[in-house]
Amino acid sequence: MTTSDDVEIPIATGDDVVRVRQATRTAAGAARLSLVDQTKVVTAASELARNTLVYGGGGEALVSQVTDERGRAGVRIVFRDEGPGIADVDLALTDGWTSGQGLGLGLTGARRLVDAFDLETAVGQGTTITVTKWRR
Amino acid sequence: MDRVPVLKIGDILLVSIQIDLQDQSVLALQEDLAERIVSTGARGVIIDITAVEIVDSFIGRMFATIASMSRLLDAETVVVGMRPAVAITLVELGLSLGGVRTALDLEKGLALLNADGVSQTARALRDIR
Ligand SMILES: Nc1ncnc2c1ncn2[C@@H]1O[C@H](COP(=O)(O)OP(=O)(O)OP(=O)(O)O)[C@@H](O)[C@H]1O
Ligand SMILES: [Mg+2]
Repeated sequence: MTTSDDVEIPIATGDDVVRVRQATRTAAGAARLSLVDQTKVVTAASELARNTLVYGGGGEALVSQVTDERGRAGVRIVFRDEGPGIADVDLALTDGWTSGQGLGLGLTGARRLVDAFDLETAVGQGTTITVTKWRR
Repeated sequence: MDRVPVLKIGDILLVSIQIDLQDQSVLALQEDLAERIVSTGARGVIIDITAVEIVDSFIGRMFATIASMSRLLDAETVVVGMRPAVAITLVELGLSLGGVRTALDLEKGLALLNADGVSQTARALRDIR
């Protein structure tokens, strides 16, 4: 379930990546995640927002507070772009693999930092990545 | 784009990051520092991240780049003030920051530069206390 506090942030510049970080921090604080978990999910969001900008050619992030069936609070962020997509997902999800000048840590690192990580991509159509971090 | 001020104190350059930096500002800081190390002949660089809430792969890589770049320019870099939550997150992200020297706070960072015999200023600042 999502709530009315959803924030949609277009990602077209480096400043937008900062906005995604800040919105994620706000939502994680409102969901009362621990400081360490807030730091983890904001860091993951920063990596994924940058990928949306750099590789996806821009797109958007949807930041929402969520609750599961048992009433547990969390934060969910959906990153969406209509860029080139990822041809080899397994390769992209390998530590240290980059098609650019990065360290190849963004995707794998972000996946480790959150509780749920879902990647949908189609070559020539774009990429959607959804991550969730729950309150412990 | 925000620019981070670089303060010169004796033979040390002090950078205190107080705002959430976008990538272009991070790159600009890197270039500013390289120029300032050469133009001032600084022997040490201290990057204070006490106020920094997250370090992701981009800013983490900047620390590593500044550390090796300053070494080539005959200066030592110390990153000080990393928050515990940031350290925990960095490890899980997979960024070890191997070549980057760190100290818990500014005072210990100065002590490190002094112990190296790198910086006259570090010694002077320590002796004042
Ligand atoms: N939204 C996206 N659209 C298309 N390709 C992507 C997208 N996100 C990631 N990729 C591809 O996956 C690779 C791995 O991404 P990852 O974030 O792990 O590393 P990186 O961005 O190259 O380096 P780092 O994040 O460490 O700076 C990228 O090099 C890129 O080829
Ligand atoms: Mg990346």
